[in-house]
Amino acid sequence: MKQNVSIRGAAHTDLIHDSAIKHVSGGADYCDDIAEPVGTLHAYFGTAKVAHAKIVSMDLSAVRAAPGVVGVLTAEDVPGVNDVSPTGRHDEPLFATEKVEFWGQVLFAVVAESRDIARRAVELAQIEYAPLDHVIEADEAVAKGYPHVTDPMTLQRGDVAEGQAGAAHRIQGQMRIGGQDHMYLEGHIAFAMPGEDDDVIVHSSTQHPSEAQHMVAHVLGVPNNAVVVNVRRMGGGFGGKESQMNQFAAVAALAAKKWNRAVKIRPDRDQDMESTGKRHDFVVDYDVAFDDTGRIEAVDNVFAARCGWTSDLSGPVTDRALFHADNAYFYPHVKLQSRPMKTNTVSNTAFRGFGGPQGVVAAERMIEEIAYKLGKDPLEVRKANFYGTTDRNVTPYHQTVEDNVLPRLVEELEQSSDYQARRAAVLAHNAKGGVIRKGISLTPVKFGISFTATWYNQAGALVHIYNDGSIMLNHGGTEMGQGLNTKIAQVVAEAFQVDIDHIKITKTTTEKVPNTSATAASSGTDLNGMAALNACDQIKERLIRWACDHFGVDALLVKFAPNEVHVGDQVFTFGEFIKQAYMARVQLWAAGFYKTPKIHWDREKGQGRPFYYYAYGAAVAEVSVDTLTGEYTVDRADVLHDVGKSLNPVLDKGQVEGAFVQGMGWLTTEELWWDQKGQLKTHAPSTYKIPLAGDIPREFNVNLADWSENRELTIKRSKAVGEPPFMLPICVFEALGMAVASVADYAKCPRLDAPATPERVLMAVERMRG
Amino acid sequence: MQHRSEIRFLLNGRQVALSDVGADDTLLDFLRIDQRLTGSKEGCAEGDCGACTVMVGRLSAQGLHYETVNACIRFLATLDGCHVVTIEYLGGPNGRLSPVQQAMVEHHGSQCGFCTPGIVMSLYALWMAHAHPTVKQVETALQGNLCRCTGYAPIIRAAQAVTEYGTASAEHLAAEREAVAAKLTALKDGARVDVAKGDSRAILPANVDDLAAVLEAEPEATIVAGSTDVGLWVTKFLKRISPAVFIGHLDGLKEIAVTEDTVTLGAGVTYTEAQGVIAQHYPHLVDYWDRIAGWQVRNMGTIGGNIANGSPIGDTPPVLIALGASITLRKGDVQRVMPLEAFFIAYGKQDRAAGEFVESITIPRVSAGHHAAYKISKRREEDISSVAVGMNVTVENGIITQAVLTFGGMAATPKRAAAAEAALVGQPWSEASLLAAAAKLPEDFQPLSDMRATADYRMKVAQNLFRRFWLEQQGEDARLARA
Repeated sequence: MKQNVSIRGAAHTDLIHDSAIKHVSGGADYCDDIAEPVGTLHAYFGTAKVAHAKIVSMDLSAVRAAPGVVGVLTAEDVPGVNDVSPTGRHDEPLFATEKVEFWGQVLFAVVAESRDIARRAVELAQIEYAPLDHVIEADEAVAKGYPHVTDPMTLQRGDVAEGQAGAAHRIQGQMRIGGQDHMYLEGHIAFAMPGEDDDVIVHSSTQHPSEAQHMVAHVLGVPNNAVVVNVRRMGGGFGGKESQMNQFAAVAALAAKKWNRAVKIRPDRDQDMESTGKRHDFVVDYDVAFDDTGRIEAVDNVFAARCGWTSDLSGPVTDRALFHADNAYFYPHVKLQSRPMKTNTVSNTAFRGFGGPQGVVAAERMIEEIAYKLGKDPLEVRKANFYGTTDRNVTPYHQTVEDNVLPRLVEELEQSSDYQARRAAVLAHNAKGGVIRKGISLTPVKFGISFTATWYNQAGALVHIYNDGSIMLNHGGTEMGQGLNTKIAQVVAEAFQVDIDHIKITKTTTEKVPNTSATAASSGTDLNGMAALNACDQIKERLIRWACDHFGVDALLVKFAPNEVHVGDQVFTFGEFIKQAYMARVQLWAAGFYKTPKIHWDREKGQGRPFYYYAYGAAVAEVSVDTLTGEYTVDRADVLHDVGKSLNPVLDKGQVEGAFVQGMGWLTTEELWWDQKGQLKTHAPSTYKIPLAGDIPREFNVNLADWSENRELTIKRSKAVGEPPFMLPICVFEALGMAVASVADYAKCPRLDAPATPERVLMAVERMRG
Repeated sequence: MQHRSEIRFLLNGRQVALSDVGADDTLLDFLRIDQRLTGSKEGCAEGDCGACTVMVGRLSAQGLHYETVNACIRFLATLDGCHVVTIEYLGGPNGRLSPVQQAMVEHHGSQCGFCTPGIVMSLYALWMAHAHPTVKQVETALQGNLCRCTGYAPIIRAAQAVTEYGTASAEHLAAEREAVAAKLTALKDGARVDVAKGDSRAILPANVDDLAAVLEAEPEATIVAGSTDVGLWVTKFLKRISPAVFIGHLDGLKEIAVTEDTVTLGAGVTYTEAQGVIAQHYPHLVDYWDRIAGWQVRNMGTIGGNIANGSPIGDTPPVLIALGASITLRKGDVQRVMPLEAFFIAYGKQDRAAGEFVESITIPRVSAGHHAAYKISKRREEDISSVAVGMNVTVENGIITQAVLTFGGMAATPKRAAAAEAALVGQPWSEASLLAAAAKLPEDFQPLSDMRATADYRMKVAQNLFRRFWLEQQGEDARLARA
């Protein structure tokens, strides 16, 4: 590896986001900023105002007749298949036909000369429903015998009954874990332009352009090659644009083809939040057996999830909850079952962590239970249960943990955060009584990296070197703020040893790299970075081969030096060298490809190696709680996170900080609330409260474990960073619990449910006081 | 009275005159759709996310003053006579970034970038006022800006570093101040503005007397001050508000008068404009005031509007009623004064006749006594109260002689706790008396459960606040502070 770099934008260096200057000056174009061609039409969804019902009649004549309305689309107007199910289960009609299954389900779309006309026309629909009973909660769905939306999974190792029989203690409990809206600042949007024959181009704010392409083709009844999907950047995704863009892309394309005009569809924030999926809510029934030292003997947990009206991605999401139900801990005997429940709510979907955080939170609840039961510091219980390095290192899915860095990471964080002294101070503060109580907690994270759908772990990239030496980079990943493009450009700059300014990053398009996977599962850099490197290596190999022939030197004497190429004694600028290669008819572009090695997974058996490696982290939070109102502040948080050998430390740190605050929101103030009629009433930022600047930890120390290096051959030995740090703020949640528990002298586990709103905190305080 | 059928304002570096303007046209749609100034984004269209933040400069008695507003709920017609500054105008020639923008770049303050233009605008306005803002000032300036990617930490670092990249006085906006003020002065013609698009009509009265005249002629008109509520009627509920009478520009409604006994606020005084006088005369409201909405909304929203719209969860009525405030209503030339609490008749019903408007609010100067104002919300800042309370207890010789306890969020209107108040009067000033009064609260209120809080929590926390009140009056540390 070259250490003596002098190029701008080398791998492992801090570099600003490639769009930063455009971001701050308003020059970064999002989908709604693209100039509209003359005659652009605007579509808007008409949605159900009932949670569960038969549709008796749907009279749209007034909608059609409204001035400025061009037409209305319903299921009858779909030339292909009226379905946008991302997993091919055909359970997600684009337009409802006979039945409404949740409040906010799309019934029809109106297409009009302006968005304002379309929005107003929607209100003119006359729809008659025959209401049916509805179910909102996952445990209610279980109780009422609602079906699974997809096959449940069981992970099993050892013999739970045997483990329980030999254990000194056993605790059973239930934890409710709320969902979360993505609240990406840019809502869903699609903008379609008709082309000749069957062609259509769709600009979409999506993490998964290939799926949007396939869904548009599926709905239009045309081959995939007729559809192009483009995305330059998203205003945030977080999983919410992995499958949920399908309905918007499909309707924009459908209307564009029908009326042969450009068509844009952009829901308002309320419709975006009512009609697109969120993080899954879970009800976890846990049963943990343990010995007097706090070491776990057996775990038997059931994870019921509110999946909503269709399967969407609920299968892999609930699977991942089970994959992370161990978090960092060895369970000698274990049985974990998922219950992906159908409910009359919007179909829940991917969200940063993809079910993993719910699994981890439940694991940490069991640690709390043990600690409060035994009167120990939860950190001591955590350490007693960490995976071992040579033994006690097999997960419930029979993958051996080979890269555990948690003991060192936690040790360092415990020291750097002065955990022990601060915990003593917190205990002393609380011992004085008083209204304001404090809590402190250190929690770890271990997160498995790879799509558990093994075939998704492939990627492509396209690298062009033009004959002036400038480079175009394209790959299958999408940019949603995470800095993926910047990091991959750094890989390419490093490969050719050119300043990063020579590299143009172009929009993601299904025209350049086909069959791409979603930019999801934290995999964007791992997969696409390797594909880009593969493309660079192909070009470099051709260049070296040509240089050897042309200059008569050995391959070892052709060197890519910073902005130069050295061939024996001769030195060329990169541009001169490329020009000569072009004149000599060397192919100066390549398509790169990558697939993750080593992974395999047998879901039926519940065994395999679903993850290539694990990313780790840990965090300490200290909080203050007002025991009269339940209000709280996060006074300090310290984070130490493992990103392997970081490609761009400052961007990775940004991911960690951002994930921490987003995860904190999930566990504190972000509450989804449905009324008796089954309508989600928290459907805009006025009612759905994500963290503000004034909510973040007053003192916030975030560090990367700079000694870490991925033991697997990932791109430059880095590790994925998108999702793992999302679980770090579980320490905030547990610190709140500790402050609550202080009112009963820590004799009982506080059993806070998530999100721990001030209301839940106060009610827990009252409960603890008895 | 001179009438004018176009609005005129400065948009960045040029003057704009528009005659085809309806009541419900928003500034954001004008910027994005008509002008293709797409740097300002729509994130929520309800004034909560701040992605559409722009600065509006306005001439007042104190001169030219810029403040941040949410373009999504700011009506276009109200820009008459103002200078609108968007993200596109901040930089210099040849793509030079302003120091705020440079600091945001260097400190990695953007990730997806969608909230960024709005954040830059808020930080720019902050920097114009404070070259070296504290963390607290930065957080307060960003109360109305959501970011979902960064966790704000790099944005706060950037905000504190701006001055390393330049000085506000060197900015072109500073250099242009006098010229802008001169242009805005030239635009002031003292005319009533009456514009329309199709059948949607917007009227900007020339002065308060003209407002009275306009409302006499159009008694069913929608009166719009800061549009922080009415804006949502349009953007979220698609309500038509024509004819709309805009009053936010009327200097005559922005007067603040302090006498020996009272403080009088014109109905058009915004939360921001009132901040100084409130802090000076009602120090117990300082923390409370900072928790009303976000900065942009405090710059737009008026106390008169907060009262006139009759919401049971408005932030100011509970604390103003507790202070014994009265309001002056006016219809034509006829004024009437009533206690504020009498204005709220029932949910959605206030004692205001057609054609009548709230002209001013008069608040007695604080008496010696015990005062407190508490707001409880799911999120500490920029959230609507689940419970709000103003407390005002007079004690003579150790005995409570008067108690005014007014709650928001507990009933269909802002309402006094009659039973709890009665339980206090005549009792010794003690914790036991307060807790006994708290126990009476269920006689006063049967709160609702909704997305903000359950009825149980509302009641429990309302009762617990009696204890906080006692402890704080004893000088105990009974409240969280984010120092």
